[in-house]
Amino acid sequence: MSDSQTPTSAAGAATEEAPVEATAAANAPSAQAAGGRSFLPKSTLLRHLVVVLLAIVAAVVILEITDPFTNSQLAQLSYYAIAAGGLTVLTGLNGQVSLGHGALMAVGAYTTALFLQADEPVPLPLILLVSTLVATVVGALVGVAAARLHGPYLAGATLALAVGLPGLAIYFHDIFGGEQGMRVRAPQPPDAFKDFISFVSGNSATGTKWLAYVGAICLVITYFLLANLVRSRIGRTWRAVRDQDVAAELAGINLGTWRVLAFTVSAAAAGLAGGVLALVIRLAAPSGFTLVLSLSLLTAIVLGGLGSLLGALLGSALLVFLPPFVTDLGADFGLDNTEAAQLAPFVYGVVLIVAMIFAPAGFVGTVRLRWLTYRAKQRAAAARSSSGG
Amino acid sequence: MSFLAAATVVSTVAACGGGSDDDGGGGGGGGGGGENEASDIGITEDTIKLGAHYPLTGVAAPGYSEIPTGVQAYFDWVNDNGGVNGRQIEYIYRDDAYNPTNTTQVVNQLVLEDEVFAIVGGLGTPTHSAVLDFLNSEGVPDLFVSSGSLLWGDDPEANPYTFGWQTDYTSEGKIIGEYIAEEFPDAKVGLFLQDDDFGEDGEEGIREYIDDQIVAAVRYTPGNTNVAPQISELQAAGADFVVGFNVPSYTALSQLTALQLGYQPEQWFYSNVGSDPALVGSLLARFSQGSVTDASLLDGALTTGYLPTVDQTDNPWIQQFQEIWEASGQEGELTNYRVYGMSQAYTTVQALQAAGQNPTRDGIVEAIETAGADWQGPVFAPYRYSADSHMGTSGMSIERIVGNGSEEVQPVRITDIGDAEIEEFDGEASAPPENGIPDEESAVD
Amino acid sequence: MQQFINITLSGLVEGMIYAAFALALVLIWRSTRIVNFAQGAMAAATAFIALALIDAGQSYWIALIVALLSGFVLGAVVERVVIRPVEGGPELNAVIVTLGLFVAIQASIAIIFGSSFQSFPTPFGVRGFEIGDSTIALTPTSLYIIGSVLVVMALLVALFRFTRVGLAMRASAFGQEVARLLGVRVGRMLTLGWALAAVVGSLAGLLIAGGEFIYPAYMDSLIVFGFVAAVLGGLDSPIGAIVGGLLLGLALSYVSGYIERGSALVNVAALVILIVVLLVRPGGLFASSVARRA
Repeated sequence: MSDSQTPTSAAGAATEEAPVEATAAANAPSAQAAGGRSFLPKSTLLRHLVVVLLAIVAAVVILEITDPFTNSQLAQLSYYAIAAGGLTVLTGLNGQVSLGHGALMAVGAYTTALFLQADEPVPLPLILLVSTLVATVVGALVGVAAARLHGPYLAGATLALAVGLPGLAIYFHDIFGGEQGMRVRAPQPPDAFKDFISFVSGNSATGTKWLAYVGAICLVITYFLLANLVRSRIGRTWRAVRDQDVAAELAGINLGTWRVLAFTVSAAAAGLAGGVLALVIRLAAPSGFTLVLSLSLLTAIVLGGLGSLLGALLGSALLVFLPPFVTDLGADFGLDNTEAAQLAPFVYGVVLIVAMIFAPAGFVGTVRLRWLTYRAKQRAAAARSSSGG
Repeated sequence: MSFLAAATVVSTVAACGGGSDDDGGGGGGGGGGGENEASDIGITEDTIKLGAHYPLTGVAAPGYSEIPTGVQAYFDWVNDNGGVNGRQIEYIYRDDAYNPTNTTQVVNQLVLEDEVFAIVGGLGTPTHSAVLDFLNSEGVPDLFVSSGSLLWGDDPEANPYTFGWQTDYTSEGKIIGEYIAEEFPDAKVGLFLQDDDFGEDGEEGIREYIDDQIVAAVRYTPGNTNVAPQISELQAAGADFVVGFNVPSYTALSQLTALQLGYQPEQWFYSNVGSDPALVGSLLARFSQGSVTDASLLDGALTTGYLPTVDQTDNPWIQQFQEIWEASGQEGELTNYRVYGMSQAYTTVQALQAAGQNPTRDGIVEAIETAGADWQGPVFAPYRYSADSHMGTSGMSIERIVGNGSEEVQPVRITDIGDAEIEEFDGEASAPPENGIPDEESAVD
Repeated sequence: MQQFINITLSGLVEGMIYAAFALALVLIWRSTRIVNFAQGAMAAATAFIALALIDAGQSYWIALIVALLSGFVLGAVVERVVIRPVEGGPELNAVIVTLGLFVAIQASIAIIFGSSFQSFPTPFGVRGFEIGDSTIALTPTSLYIIGSVLVVMALLVALFRFTRVGLAMRASAFGQEVARLLGVRVGRMLTLGWALAAVVGSLAGLLIAGGEFIYPAYMDSLIVFGFVAAVLGGLDSPIGAIVGGLLLGLALSYVSGYIERGSALVNVAALVILIVVLLVRPGGLFASSVARRA
């Protein structure tokens, strides 16, 4: 999966201290020290900045060597990955489940759609920023309620959020366009972008390509911010709230406040993701924010490896690339279009089950555990041979 | 590196298509009457590639997923009889599960990866509106959308490549409203509406004629299967004539709920979408094991029609479609959904023929605008296609449901959106051509 | 007045349907501490089996029994084959497995039985009772639904309160180690919990189907409302599930009937009700202990 190289390294660095299992967490620093990353700066911020630069270069290369359809798939990948990145911080680091992040994406998407309706819309970055802010506010409100709830009660409340909030768009149809939704006229690529593309690759700067770049930029910025947050005191406090809530409380940490903060941060990511989604889909409609979307995000972070930004990215890639792959495979085997279409969800479901049974730590978690086991064995072997000799 | 080169070529070609205006080109194809050429994206010397999106899985799949099988059957038939100008039609339809997010993805795939010549019969208002701008900015013909929304046809300047097909909901509402005003001037009318553009457009049309007769208008949201509150409200308002702009499952639900509530308005009238008597009838017949003794609850209800239906076994179009369906060897019976798909496919073949020997994307748009209004086919009334309107067929008959079939109570009348008058349609019902395949002249060059 | 009565009655019947589904969720939650998203799809699968039998000429009651039995087998097989490996692991993994099951089973139904609408018969009438010269929104079929759900609830209460098996199931769910030390065959109890829950779910699926239409996704909206009802009631309590279901059914019916375009607000109303209840009682209406940290 060469097109996911971008934030691979970024997320890898970011999640060093956020593995799925506590045992892995304890070993993480040694793995980092032992790994071949010595060429990167020591300071976390600097290291992340270097990774961001690499990610941007990788993004440009990938977007320019792939065909237009893959570009459009990568645009989709970007909004899934942005939302999943926020969710993995909430669920993986802070231990709260949300089945309702699709609704928060809807908040961002509708905000973007409303702003783009203006005759002379404000600049795109500003629109996306406002969408993020509005979702952040809504997320903070939801977070206040969610902080009191646990386990299935939290799941139930966020589930109701996922199906309830889009209902408002139907009820207030004069503002939000009802069932039909609001069509979004995606802004045209600026001239500078066209010049840039023709300079880099000579490809034509289509609308699809422009949106893929917008998505990629938002993705890199989001993951950069999240990665820094995760490595900061805030991230450490979240983990304490997740793993040792009683101890954390004794240490003077107000659990509720930190839970609300985690929800708010993840809502901000969902809001930005929703804004990008509205641009890429060119529509904000209730049927685009069904429960399926929320559940897909959860699936992405668990399959990829809970708590890991890289995992969130890989899981999102699976969401985007698996269904068309299976459908085409089915068609190649001589199924008619309807049968092939029904095959895709079947295979998707089976993949979820099999992955959870055989790789319960998700992709990133499993690979990391393997790597740690391998290192430990090597070290043990080295120790044995040195003591023996 | 060859990969990069290929990608560049593709996007350049796409950009050419997108750059031209609706009044541009079109003359590129045709010509000389000689060789078949690869005249545009999706056209080779011996194939034409067409794409579509339908809900094949999920909540909206029942019924709608049958439409593309009808389209496929018709294209297979055409291919077996030599294709269109010697080209075989390759038809690819993909599942969007009635979710606009998926629609964008599959239409991207159809246009950018499969490189279809045109999208044909994409289904649904919210779903298709997600790809409306994309198709028009890429210059991909977006033919015969499967929805009666006004979006597809009333603004050809904004959406030059998109064409509607079925009667729009507002025109249908007007024809229903006029009929009620003339035949049932004293009826107290209740409206049972789906809470989206379908119900809204229909209501607007009806109110143009009988605004003062309407005593209640209730709305249901699809997915919410408890319609007792809505039906109770109609009952409480004393409505004795109920007009439904709803989908078939809600026709059955409204009938069942009325039965539960002991609500018996003198007349039910279901719009075309909701009234498939064969489907609804068979759904309702099952419940007769309870206390519903009459096999067809819908007996006597009124509805509208713009296409022949499967119960009309002596209609030559239905006979033709039956033959085509059986020849295709697909599973299942011929249903009204499949008739719908075949009829759309028929119009598509007319458009392809009219686009000349070597069709181009702009050429087919021009061909439909020039010649489309004169095409005859299974659809009762003519299309409104012109440079100023991309609206589909304009007229409807009114029918009474009898058993699992129907009988005409008012012949086809035609109208248009806005304050256009309603007029009698004076044309003859058409008969299918030899072989069931149209033979249109090229309308370009 | 008649309108009010009818809106109320239809809300009660709808609420009972939510409750039926919520009961199955409660049962599985009590016996395995897992929220089963595949419940609806599993129930739909058994409803399609029942319909196939009815189409083949069998009576409704034979079909019902076969459906419940196949629910039992399906529940047991699912627990043994796909749930067992993730039990005891991270809580979310089990959730994802049930999501996977949900999608895969629904797709299988579409592949095997097709995805068109099919009507499902009911053994009782669908015409409302007449009182005086007005008809009320209560049919023999709705009495059948209400009766069945109440019986199931009573059986569940009895199972958990008065039988050793019920006690063993609860013990297995709460503390596997302790239960094992006490001689409870934990594995068997977990399987039994899933099997019984699937039977209840299957019954709910058939009750909902009776006198309506089924298609592969027909249980989808009930997953949400059933879950909301179960959470309202406290997830642990069969009586809570009934109360939660009725509360939700009534409230949604009033919203739909008395607010202009209220049908569009139904999902929003469910959200508001749930949030208000959970803010006051974070463990649901019938929470048996205060701070449950599941």
